[in-house]
Amino acid sequence: MDLFEYQARDVFEKHGVPVLGGIVATTAEEARAAAERLGGGTVVVKAQVKTGGRGKAGGVKLAHSPEEAAERAGEILGMDIKGHTVHRVMIAEGAKIAEEYYFSVLLDRSERRYLAMASVEGGVEIEQLAVERPEALAKVAVDPQVGIDAAKAAEIVAEAGFAEDVAGQVADVIQKLWTVYAEEDATLVEVNPLVRTEDGAVIALDGKVTLDANADFRHPDHAELEDAEAADPLEAKAKEHDLNYVKLDGSVGIIGNGAGLVMSTLDVVAYAGEAHGGVKPANFLDIGGGASAEVMAAGLDVILGDPQVKAVFVNVFGGITACDAVANGIVKALEMLGDHATKPLVVRLDGNNVAEGRAILREAGHPLVTLADTMDGGADTAASLAHAADTAA
Amino acid sequence: MAIFLTESSKVIVQGMTGSEGQKHTTRMLASGTTVVGGVNPRKAGTAVTFPQGEGTVDIPVFGSVAEAMTETGADVSVIFVPPAHTKAAVLEAIDAGMPLVVIITEGIPVADTAEFYTAAEAKGVRLIGPNCPGIISPGKSNVGIIPSDITGPGRIGLVSKSGTLTYQMMYELRDFGFSTAIGIGGDPIIGTTHIDALAAFEADPDTDAIVMIGEIGGDAEERAAAFIKANVTKPVVGYVAGFTAPEGKTMGHAGAIVSGSSGTAQAKQEALEAAGVKVGKTPSATAELMRHILS
Repeated sequence: MDLFEYQARDVFEKHGVPVLGGIVATTAEEARAAAERLGGGTVVVKAQVKTGGRGKAGGVKLAHSPEEAAERAGEILGMDIKGHTVHRVMIAEGAKIAEEYYFSVLLDRSERRYLAMASVEGGVEIEQLAVERPEALAKVAVDPQVGIDAAKAAEIVAEAGFAEDVAGQVADVIQKLWTVYAEEDATLVEVNPLVRTEDGAVIALDGKVTLDANADFRHPDHAELEDAEAADPLEAKAKEHDLNYVKLDGSVGIIGNGAGLVMSTLDVVAYAGEAHGGVKPANFLDIGGGASAEVMAAGLDVILGDPQVKAVFVNVFGGITACDAVANGIVKALEMLGDHATKPLVVRLDGNNVAEGRAILREAGHPLVTLADTMDGGADTAASLAHAADTAA
Repeated sequence: MAIFLTESSKVIVQGMTGSEGQKHTTRMLASGTTVVGGVNPRKAGTAVTFPQGEGTVDIPVFGSVAEAMTETGADVSVIFVPPAHTKAAVLEAIDAGMPLVVIITEGIPVADTAEFYTAAEAKGVRLIGPNCPGIISPGKSNVGIIPSDITGPGRIGLVSKSGTLTYQMMYELRDFGFSTAIGIGGDPIIGTTHIDALAAFEADPDTDAIVMIGEIGGDAEERAAAFIKANVTKPVVGYVAGFTAPEGKTMGHAGAIVSGSSGTAQAKQEALEAAGVKVGKTPSATAELMRHILS
């Protein structure tokens, strides 16, 4: 989960990282009140969107009074920045910046450890800096068993070439940012820019934090950070049932077991769709190992609730899950859904207890259900049914 | 032969007394795995009775991995404990010097995996997983949750990030059979990689050809392609899942995400093809490529 800047700011503050005052606002009026609470002087009104380049898009503006802050907030709220609508702004204290730096620590998948990056040339697009002047970006490996201790922080600061008068302060902030990374179970903590102000303070002026959802069990407080507004309503519904669902744009609903097989099913359906008017998959939905009737019903309910879906392809390889249990799940799900189930269902089962599973579906003889012998055949049938429904409509 | 897991492997189960552990220990025993013990400090000295053949077998429960190793000579541990306790379980196995640790558990925080991977690397312990289906050398041993009745022994080696795609591919090529099939898992950090498995299959006299299954996210397939080009002489066919996956959305596996231009299926396919690997568009087409090589 990616955090908004204001959430990152709050998390930084909690772990002792020096930040400026910042208050989130969702209306111009709230923005005025926030600016007053920050002393009524000059503030920065910053769009809160989970994408880069908001400054260039006009999403960051200076305001010299609470009235101006309300005006600027009114302009920025509702803006579209790279497809993200601005629902919130952060009213932040201003600072007199002397120098801008860069720091991040992240998961290094390839090396299976962490990587810290730092530069004395911050404030710019870091990807660009990495390409154009790689020597200006220090990259230091971090041992997951040790983390960033005082020695590692000193190494990072030396490697990046921080001036002596500021090196100690920056190293101290880096250690605190490591605390954020480790204690919040982040996979990315990035500060761009990290600044030295004219009066000599080192402050994190922006923050990007990505949290590891697998670690939610030890961070009950992270649930509050979820952006409920942004979630697709179908994705939110799937989440309530602990289903792994991603909404896509096509018309063939997909249900399968196991992430790899479902991804593969999306591809096979897209290829099959080329012969059927270019129909595409409508979603990714992995029901996981234990495909009970309830899980299957919840999954079908989510998919049938998507008005774009014209046909559904259920592709299950019974490994641990027995195909007869899946078949019973489908039959019960259709019963539970009753009149809600109106779209054709193509079912391909293989593996554990496949004969029993197919027999159950054959006996039930539900008018919406078609059995397929192979994954390719099922994809083709589902694509053709979706195309036929499109053409009829 | 086979890789990593043979008929002489002696297996202990960490989490054997839990419901998942019991269920899968039963299945492992039924597929011929030599399971010699379980570990649970609160139930040390007891035993769990499992069905075996016509009768039953009592598998002893030990207080620690070290004790289980001393008493039984175990050289493989398979882990079925919940995510919150997995790090401690894996570190215990590593500290005891267990040569191979197979971690089935899904949903482990990546910081925990980073920590125990680093510890394993320092001690020369091989990890498979986490969040993986395990490893099967059909007819010899089966550690994890891969169904043993899909197919039997043969001369194809299979390495895959995904569990059910592993089953699908074993099913497609069930008339040939497999020397070893290994599911390495789809988490951002995993122990055994495609490259480790490819190197082992290349050296295995009982493997004639290799199927490699990848998916979107990371650069493991690209690295594997470079490795194949330089080191693998046996025929390799590949499959990559996720061509239609959109950018920025995690597709089920924590590691399966396309970010910007990195991690796309297209890039992976191109890298593999440039290394001389024939890549199938679908699982069935990939199986067809392998059939062609073997016939």
